[in-house]
Amino acid sequence: MASATATGQSAGRSALSSILFYAFLFIFVLVSVFPLIWIFKMSIITKSELYQTPPTVLPHSTNGSEYVQIFSDPSFQKALINSSIISSVTTVLCLFVGSIAAYAIARLRFRFRGLVMTLILAISFFPAVAIIAPLFIQFTAVGLIDTYWSVIIADTVFALPLTIWLLVAFFRELPVDLEDAARVDGATTIQAFRKVIVPLAAPGVFTTAILTFIFAWNEFLFANTFLFDENTQPVTVVIPNFASQYTVDYGAQAAAAVVVTVPLVILVLIFQRRIVSGLTAGAVKG
Amino acid sequence: MTTASSEKKSRSWLKEEFGDPERRSAYYMVAPALVIILVVAFWPVAYSVWLSLHDSTITTLGSFVGFENYVEMFQNPDFRLGLYNTVVFTVVSVAMEFVIGLAIALAVNRAFRGRGLVRAAVLVPWAFPTVISAAMWRLMFSPQVGVINYVANTLGVISEPILSDDRLLLIGAILVDVWKTTPFMALLLLAGLQVIPGEVYEAARVDGANVMQRFFRITMPLLKGTILVAVLFRTLDAYRIYDLFWVLGNRELDSLATFVYEGVRISQLDFAPGNAAAVFIFVTAFLIAIFFIRVLGMRTSTEE
Repeated sequence: MASATATGQSAGRSALSSILFYAFLFIFVLVSVFPLIWIFKMSIITKSELYQTPPTVLPHSTNGSEYVQIFSDPSFQKALINSSIISSVTTVLCLFVGSIAAYAIARLRFRFRGLVMTLILAISFFPAVAIIAPLFIQFTAVGLIDTYWSVIIADTVFALPLTIWLLVAFFRELPVDLEDAARVDGATTIQAFRKVIVPLAAPGVFTTAILTFIFAWNEFLFANTFLFDENTQPVTVVIPNFASQYTVDYGAQAAAAVVVTVPLVILVLIFQRRIVSGLTAGAVKG
Repeated sequence: MTTASSEKKSRSWLKEEFGDPERRSAYYMVAPALVIILVVAFWPVAYSVWLSLHDSTITTLGSFVGFENYVEMFQNPDFRLGLYNTVVFTVVSVAMEFVIGLAIALAVNRAFRGRGLVRAAVLVPWAFPTVISAAMWRLMFSPQVGVINYVANTLGVISEPILSDDRLLLIGAILVDVWKTTPFMALLLLAGLQVIPGEVYEAARVDGANVMQRFFRITMPLLKGTILVAVLFRTLDAYRIYDLFWVLGNRELDSLATFVYEGVRISQLDFAPGNAAAVFIFVTAFLIAIFFIRVLGMRTSTEE
């Protein structure tokens, strides 16, 4: 930390402070990514090496048998598909419902705008666990338990504040002139939104889509409450169960964790700049 | 929206709101989001409160019993343990995340080579599903193949396996949470730091303010808004902790939320006290939010 303020000092001190600074960064980055690297190592080494004491630092004997086992497990395949379906549908629903609401909040004047925004944002302070009992009863009554829709509906509600918040921030950055021009040309509010705003806001909408997707992909409480049938369970529910299913097969557990995480890590690495701008959009302006 | 519609004097603004096509379409546009939120979030909370006052089971409402479920809940040792664990977890993890996150944000608040790499590394733990990171750390804490359990044991830090001791498990959960969310905290605080204009520091330096004075007189006051938002979000998030405890402790580490889950979803007998605990979480989380907004003076974005 001290290094951050050491500008304009003598050359020797600034070289030292910059070494300290990069050492600090190195430790920080290492701590952040260590578990993923270590679990990856656990997933590719042979069983005998896995159980060695002391554990090896670098892998000596590698094989891919754990991955073969994981991918040939039909319940794991099914879980990946289920996660993809639940997250995609949730993302599409949130973007559809969220973008029209966000546009109205960002651009149109109406009496209850403040109240509407407060109600929506209140959900992000909501402990989801507080409503699992009533939702379970209601979903049972309408036959939604063990269907994708139970989780999609619940996820949509809890992802909506994030979606709307981000989209409002993005919409506000767009120039108003273009919509005004469209209106002068006789477009209605809805047309101005669809023909002018939606294409212009595409990058912001895309960022929002990524964050909503990650949110839905990572959700666990609702999935673990409403889905007791393996045919609809997402990976977040199935993987912890591996711990009891493959009781001593730690390698398979590690491989499963890697498979679920790698797509997210790639997504994050590609879109890091957008994700950071999205995540911090609300907090700073708020 | 329609509560005031019957009153006569409200006619004029109703006409103004719904007579104007732009305003009318604004209501059409927010209606779907509002309906979903009211039906799937606000209504269940009200229903949950109603249920908690009855001798309810998963299938029947039962007779009205007043606050008996809450009394039963407080008498349950699992609930008290869950409350204790949740409070310790929330206070310690959020405090650590704030201090470390602020240190990191201050350190990286400048231009340097490899910024993109650091940002990417920061986001990796954040993007993990909590249950998957819990499963990963459980593997590393494992007495048979876990590297952390091995190192801690060799160094003599622990006398028994991490996973078989409740206190070590709680400490482990705190560390996993700090690992996972400190980067996020740092990111938010860094964004707040970056909007403080450099001239303010320049002026203070010219006036002879030292590092500590600049930190406490400029950085902290100007960062207050961001800090309150970040800390409140993290506090409420930690307070409802469920997935990390459930998976890391293999269902044996109690929090308030795991107590609710066990009551509502697993044991049929504890449905009513479990649901009462859900209401308890909701009310106390609400009070925490009110405390931040009213007492600490957090500004909410709706006050434009």
